[in-house]
Amino acid sequence: MVDAWQILSGITDPEIPVVSITELGIVREVTLLVDGVEVAITPTYSGCPAIHMIEEEIVDRLQQAGYAEVRVKTVLAPAWSTDWIAPAARDKLKDFGIAPPGRVNLFPRSVACPRCGAARTERLSEFGSTACKAHYRCLECLEPFDFFKPL
Amino acid sequence: MGDNALILGQRLAEWLGHGPQLEEDIASANIALDLIGQARLWLSLAGRLEGGGRDEDALAHGRDQHEFRNCTLVELPNGDYAFTIVRRVLFDAYQRVLLGRLAEGAEGDIAAIAAKSKKEADYHWRHSADWTLRFGDGTEESRRRAQAALDGLWGYTHELFAPDAVDPDAGSLRGPWLELVEPALKEATLVIPADTAFMSAGKRGVHSEHLGYVLAEMQFLQRAYPGARW
Repeated sequence: MVDAWQILSGITDPEIPVVSITELGIVREVTLLVDGVEVAITPTYSGCPAIHMIEEEIVDRLQQAGYAEVRVKTVLAPAWSTDWIAPAARDKLKDFGIAPPGRVNLFPRSVACPRCGAARTERLSEFGSTACKAHYRCLECLEPFDFFKPL
Repeated sequence: MGDNALILGQRLAEWLGHGPQLEEDIASANIALDLIGQARLWLSLAGRLEGGGRDEDALAHGRDQHEFRNCTLVELPNGDYAFTIVRRVLFDAYQRVLLGRLAEGAEGDIAAIAAKSKKEADYHWRHSADWTLRFGDGTEESRRRAQAALDGLWGYTHELFAPDAVDPDAGSLRGPWLELVEPALKEATLVIPADTAFMSAGKRGVHSEHLGYVLAEMQFLQRAYPGARW
C-alpha cells in the first residue's frame, strides 16, 4: 500500500493548485490504525472554506489507495502559521504569481513583486481573492498580484 | 464569544454586493468568514461542554433572541460604512485584548480557539484602524460621519467591560482596550464622547429590537425546513 504521507502530498490546496497540503503545513499528523489511517489537519483561517473540500479529498484519495477506514480530525493548537510553509513551496507560490509570506510580522515592510522581483510595490487591499491573501500592485511592471499574508 | 462573532459576521456579510468599493466588499466578506469560522469553533465547543447533543447549527439556528449572549454593539444595524468601520475598530480592539488574555490564561480548547482567533483579530484591527484614520482624518464629510458613528456607538462599549457571572473580571480589560482604541481614534482626529450611565444588556440576553431581524434572516431556512442540508 502506498505510504499515506505520499498520497497526501499529492493533494493540492483547491485555491492554490500548485502547492500540496503537506507543504502548506495543513497536515499535522498521520496515525496508522489497524484497518486504516487517521489524519490530523489544521485550518489556515477559521473561516477558510477550502478546508471542507480538503477533508473530502483526503478521505477519497486514501480510500482509493486501499485504506479501509479514514478518519480526519481537526486540531487547533498550535495555531497554523505561514512559517510552516515549506521552502520549496514558497518558490512554487512565487512562480505561480503569489508573493510568498515573509517571516511572521503584522506589518511587512516590503513585498517583492513575484513577476519582476522589484521591491517597489504597493498594497491595494488588505484582503485579496481569498482570506489568506492581500492584493498588491508592482510599481515597476505595474502587474497586480496576490501576497500570501504572514500569519 | 461565539455569539459576538456570529452576529457581527452576519452584519458584515450584509455588505456583500453593497460595499463602497470592490476591495471593501471583499474585505467585509473575508472578515465575516473569519468571524463565522470563529463562531463555529466556539459554538461547537459550547455544545460539547453542554453535553445535551446540540451542535453548532442547533445553537446558531435553534435559539431564540433571549438565548443569544452577544453584546448589543454587534447587533446594531450597519448604518453607513463609517459606522460599520468604527464599530469594528471598537470590537476588534476588544477581541484582541480578550482573546490575547484567553490564549495565555485559559487552557485546552478555549486557549486554542482564542490563540487562533487572536491572529485573525490582529489583521481585522489593522484594516479597521486604517479605515478609521482615513475617515476621521479625511474629508470634512467623512470626519463628520465617523464622529457621528463614534458618538452613537461609544455608549454600547460599556457593556463589554461590565462584570457578570461569566466574567467577573471583565472590567480589567478596559484599560488595555483603551490603550489600543484611544491612540487610534486620536490619530484619526476623532473625539471620544464622555462616558454616560447608559448600559446595554445584550450579554444578559436582553437585546435591542434589531437582533430579531438578524435572526429572522439567518434562521429562516432552518426554521422553515428543520435539518435541511446542502
